[in-house]
Amino acid sequence: MRWGVAVTGDPLFADGVDWGDIGIVGIKVLVAFAALLVATMFMIWFERKLISDMQHRIGPNVAGPWGLLQALADGIKFFFKEDLRPANADPLVFRLAPYISAVTAFVAFAIVPIGGVFTDPASTGAAGRGGTVTLFGKETILQVADPPVGILLLLAMSSVAVYGVMLAGWSSGSKYPLIGSVRASAQAISYEAALGMSVVAVVIAAGSLSTQSIVSQQVGGTWWGGSPDDWFLLTTGIVPFVVFLISATAELNRPPFDLVEAEQELVGGFHTEYSSIRFALFFLAEFMNVITMSAIMVTLFFGGPAGPVFFGLTWLWPTVWFLAKVLAFLFVFVWFRATLPRLRYDQLMSLGWKVLIPVMLFWLMFLGLRQLVADQGWSTPRELVVVLGLSAAGLALGWTLLAAALRAAKRNTAGEYFEGQDLEAVTPTADAPTGSVPADRALAGASPGEAGPEGES
Amino acid sequence: MVEVVVFAVAGAACLVGAVGVVLSRNPVHAALMLVMTLFGVAVLFVALQAHFIAAVQVIVYAGAIVVLFLFVIMLLGVDRAAELSLGALPAQRWTAAAFGLGGAAVLVWLVAAVDRIFKGAHSYELESAGVVETDAVATSYATDVSAIARSLFSDYVYAFELTSLLLIVAVIGTVILARRSYGADGGRAGQHGDESAPAESGATPQEARQ
Repeated sequence: MRWGVAVTGDPLFADGVDWGDIGIVGIKVLVAFAALLVATMFMIWFERKLISDMQHRIGPNVAGPWGLLQALADGIKFFFKEDLRPANADPLVFRLAPYISAVTAFVAFAIVPIGGVFTDPASTGAAGRGGTVTLFGKETILQVADPPVGILLLLAMSSVAVYGVMLAGWSSGSKYPLIGSVRASAQAISYEAALGMSVVAVVIAAGSLSTQSIVSQQVGGTWWGGSPDDWFLLTTGIVPFVVFLISATAELNRPPFDLVEAEQELVGGFHTEYSSIRFALFFLAEFMNVITMSAIMVTLFFGGPAGPVFFGLTWLWPTVWFLAKVLAFLFVFVWFRATLPRLRYDQLMSLGWKVLIPVMLFWLMFLGLRQLVADQGWSTPRELVVVLGLSAAGLALGWTLLAAALRAAKRNTAGEYFEGQDLEAVTPTADAPTGSVPADRALAGASPGEAGPEGES
Repeated sequence: MVEVVVFAVAGAACLVGAVGVVLSRNPVHAALMLVMTLFGVAVLFVALQAHFIAAVQVIVYAGAIVVLFLFVIMLLGVDRAAELSLGALPAQRWTAAAFGLGGAAVLVWLVAAVDRIFKGAHSYELESAGVVETDAVATSYATDVSAIARSLFSDYVYAFELTSLLLIVAVIGTVILARRSYGADGGRAGQHGDESAPAESGATPQEARQ
């Protein structure tokens, strides 16, 4: 132990590595990979069946019992379809893009603890070991990795995933994919800010970035795994969870934020030109990201695998609770799709920048203040009054500035787009401030198809 | 052993990416090569146990800054192989080569100097000699976030606040520069001017080539 580092904080295995470590890591990766693939297959069936039910249809019912094998049949069909590549496409980037999407979707799942008994050993009897189980005589955690940066890995992967969409749209050498990808990356970057800030709320409450530590702090000491009072859903106030849910939906390009592939406007969005297995990879990444985001939400706000541990297989119960919670969120995402109409692009941007981010900023200040008061042990009335007065003044100032900025923006927008124009001139540019101007410019100059991919035709 | 392999792979990725940025004819390919270099550097940070810096490297540089580069490249219509043979003065090439070699020489000298200072000293020897406090490094790996936060918001708080102020000023300046004033001509002329300018600049290189 030259560096005195625990296994999780020792990525280079400076203390040496034995076959037990390698075996555990290999098994974890394989299980996570296979489980995600199967879960994706199930998710596709689940979504199609559920949405059919909500629309009074039957849905897939031919392949396998209740149509369960429909996704498998579709997957096999994708393998045997012809792999088309447009003549104008950039060959290298066109092939690279689907893999970026799929790989980032897989990697993000690595930090999710999918099980392990977190409850106090004294109250459960034998099993509780701080979220670990024993494999090959080694104690290990039930997640692929618990890096010190923890939840930041999710943010890193979701920012890298932007490349997959962006490069797919650009390299297709066609205008609709390009517009779709520009929309997608703008949307992802905008909502990443709100997403990151709602993660920060949890990190402030937990005092740690590690998902393992975040989960263990949401589990109480009793045999039934603590009450939901300890979940960060309630201890951070409901606001961060709501913001996380909305911005995660936007990050996933799920309805009602699926402007990326708005069929009526863009044919199919960034993957219009993709076919065969490459298209299947995008599809896979999309559904896998839905599962990962649901799992992350459960981890951050709903105690992860926390829940009552009854009898017998004590290590199995947490995983059962975890899967049940994830399933609830998968249902919510399908429900969104069935019930909510798609937003307009300017509505999308206003919601992200003018509602979610300011709300989250205010809430973060509130949470930080609460933490500060707790840390410093301020309790006398005079201290509390000074602190509360100062922060109330700060909040009021911020709110006034925001309101003034919004009013000015509204006035300027009205002046730009509606003053001195007749109705015909107004209508097509109504959503111009955010959406169609960059797209038009992109069409005018940027599509690689106009001069051939390398420009040497 | 593992350390050497990780360093070799990450270093190779950095170098290949860096050379690729310079040699790529297509700006989009160059930007992607830059991403490869950034990832290599992030892996090196992890190897140095600077986990938070590694994550920030990926989130900020790979996830935001290069994405913005790509945005600009795609929207300005320069995403094609540029004619690099035109316009370069011969004298510039020689100057650039001289400066490049000089910079490389300085770099090699620096590395050699550092290597001489710590020659043959392993980290535990340095620790016993009081040069490096390994225990401090080892215990702080999990909390490098709080260590960074502490120094950022105490020792370097003025630098931090000034940097944020600078960024805000830059954003406001960009907005003011990019906005046309719509007062005089009712806005329509301004809009048309906006649209036609990039369209022309995008079309010119194509026409020149065909």
